[in-house]
Amino acid sequence: MGLMALAALAVLAVLSLAVGSRPVPPVQVLGAFTSYDPGNDLHLVVRELRLPRTVLAVGAGAALGLAGALMQALTRNPLAEPGLLGVNSGAALAVVIGAMAFGLSGILQYIWCAIAGAGLAGAAVFFLGRAHRSGTDPVRLILAGAGLSVALGSASGLLILNAGPDVLDIFRNWGAGALEGRGLTVGMVMLAALLAGGVLSVLLAPALDALALGQDLGRVLGLDPRRVWGLGCLSVMTLAGAATAAAGPIAFVGLVAPHVARACVGPRSVRALPLSALAGAVLLLVSDIAGRVVVAPNELAAGIVATLLGGPFFIHVVRRFNLARP
Amino acid sequence: MRPPGVNLLRIGGLSLLWRPRALVVGAGLLVLVLGLSIQLLGTGRLALSLPEIAGALLGDGDTVAARILGRVRLPRVLTAAGVGAALGMAGAVFQSLSRNPLGSPDVIGFTTGAATGAVVQIVLGSLDPLRTALTAVGSGLAAALAVLLLARRGRAAGAGYRLVLVGIGAGAFLGGINTMLLAMGEIDMVTAAQVWLAGSLAARNWDHVATVGVGLALFAPVVLGMARDLSMIEMGEDMARQLGVPVARRRAVLVLAAVGLSSIGTAATGPIAFVALAAPQLARWMTRSPDVPLLSAALTGAALLMGADLLSQSAPLGAVLPVGLTTGFIGGLYLLAVMMRKG
Repeated sequence: MGLMALAALAVLAVLSLAVGSRPVPPVQVLGAFTSYDPGNDLHLVVRELRLPRTVLAVGAGAALGLAGALMQALTRNPLAEPGLLGVNSGAALAVVIGAMAFGLSGILQYIWCAIAGAGLAGAAVFFLGRAHRSGTDPVRLILAGAGLSVALGSASGLLILNAGPDVLDIFRNWGAGALEGRGLTVGMVMLAALLAGGVLSVLLAPALDALALGQDLGRVLGLDPRRVWGLGCLSVMTLAGAATAAAGPIAFVGLVAPHVARACVGPRSVRALPLSALAGAVLLLVSDIAGRVVVAPNELAAGIVATLLGGPFFIHVVRRFNLARP
Repeated sequence: MRPPGVNLLRIGGLSLLWRPRALVVGAGLLVLVLGLSIQLLGTGRLALSLPEIAGALLGDGDTVAARILGRVRLPRVLTAAGVGAALGMAGAVFQSLSRNPLGSPDVIGFTTGAATGAVVQIVLGSLDPLRTALTAVGSGLAAALAVLLLARRGRAAGAGYRLVLVGIGAGAFLGGINTMLLAMGEIDMVTAAQVWLAGSLAARNWDHVATVGVGLALFAPVVLGMARDLSMIEMGEDMARQLGVPVARRRAVLVLAAVGLSSIGTAATGPIAFVALAAPQLARWMTRSPDVPLLSAALTGAALLMGADLLSQSAPLGAVLPVGLTTGFIGGLYLLAVMMRKG
């Protein structure tokens, strides 16, 4: 399963380098890496424009998928996800505030804002939604998240509208989750954050499975639930914060990816977590490619396409799990 | 025997039950709405005092003040009042029918669906308010039908929260569709539609007022005429049926009328969050009435939207606050506050 997903990701990555308002034949895509010629327009398009956004889509998608899988495991709620629960909106607001108040620019500066913002918003939503108590209503967490995302998203919108033209220019596309024009540095920072969060979550995988049985049973099995929660939250903050700083607030990728992964390999975290990351990468990459094609010659932000795919899936999960208790 | 807080008025063979508290609250809200209107009419680049406003409105002069009021501020104030009232009433109907304080049209995606139709019109290049309103009502109805059908399957219990969750998903999806439609259009039309999607009361003219007025005149009497049936349905469908209410038929008509109200409101200003969610709850809290507070919710809605507009217009240092974003920010916080209190 993992191999198939990897193969799909590789094919999509090549496709992502080739497809766009200016199609590049596969031979030229290959040529851009084997025999790079700065005078060749097509090589330039591949190396300077499409490679960065492909790296970014893979990195941010994987981070969001993994963060979603972690949140669903920690809260034992099939609708938990950094986008829907307002974690991404918190990271986004923190970035906007950082850029406006302290003049931060460049991913290396505001990624820290994003991680802190993700942590604050996550803490708020978990507290309001009572996610840490077992046996509480799963709907409560989702509603708290919806309220938080709307409030934080509107606050970001108001701030961006009233910022100077330079800030508006940076954040207009970023606010919708568009991946173009971000540069390779952003993608590389994203991959580094993914590595950190990924290692942490794979180390946590056995503990997550034990905790899935409930806090009491987990304690019996020799776990410290608070430690698992703390490390899990740290990982979610890193992953969701970095993805938001790099690609903008993107919802639904973290919801869909873990469900697809678990449907393929079952609920064991050791296998489900890495596959969630792969599925998230595939999903965001597909969204980005589709966004270049469906409204050509214009472009649709990858975050919007992800919403178009994820909204119906969300309804499907609500119906399937019969979540809504009176 | 009368329940507490209710007075009985008999004139000949007719009798009327009325609640003094509801009446006082209604009168207070009316005064508030009037006060906000005067305040809004006076606010702007050229501040006007009350005598100036009265003189311009009553006098026949073609003064600057009269022109500003007649062409800019009066349509804006009337649109705000009408849209707020329509949203408040629609919210009261939906919250009562779904028996869920979150089952209001802005949370469950109905207003986003209405916006889709309007965006199609705008992107196709028609800014005619009447056609925009018609397509908005059409697509609002389609969205409502889809959400209600998707939320229906399964056991009847839990339908309230299932509706809310399905509606949130549908709202996100339709929001994506709206953005996609924008990306397909021509660039100047796109800008117009984008401003519209933020929810704005700027640059409203008499066409907008007429749209909202016609919508209110068509749908509000239908809803008000069924107020009694609505509060019986809220008690429980079996109970209502035994009391002689044709539940299924009444509910269908009420849903149609309430979708009409919220869609017309959306067509006139763009999607505005929070008013339909909060107005009925605030109205019920103020009147403490067990009935569905339709009229007081409408008045509260008008007051809320006008208040938000006043807030947006009097923002310091020339800050830009589209009224839709302002209500979104307040609305999100309000939702969180409701969650906190439910504890």
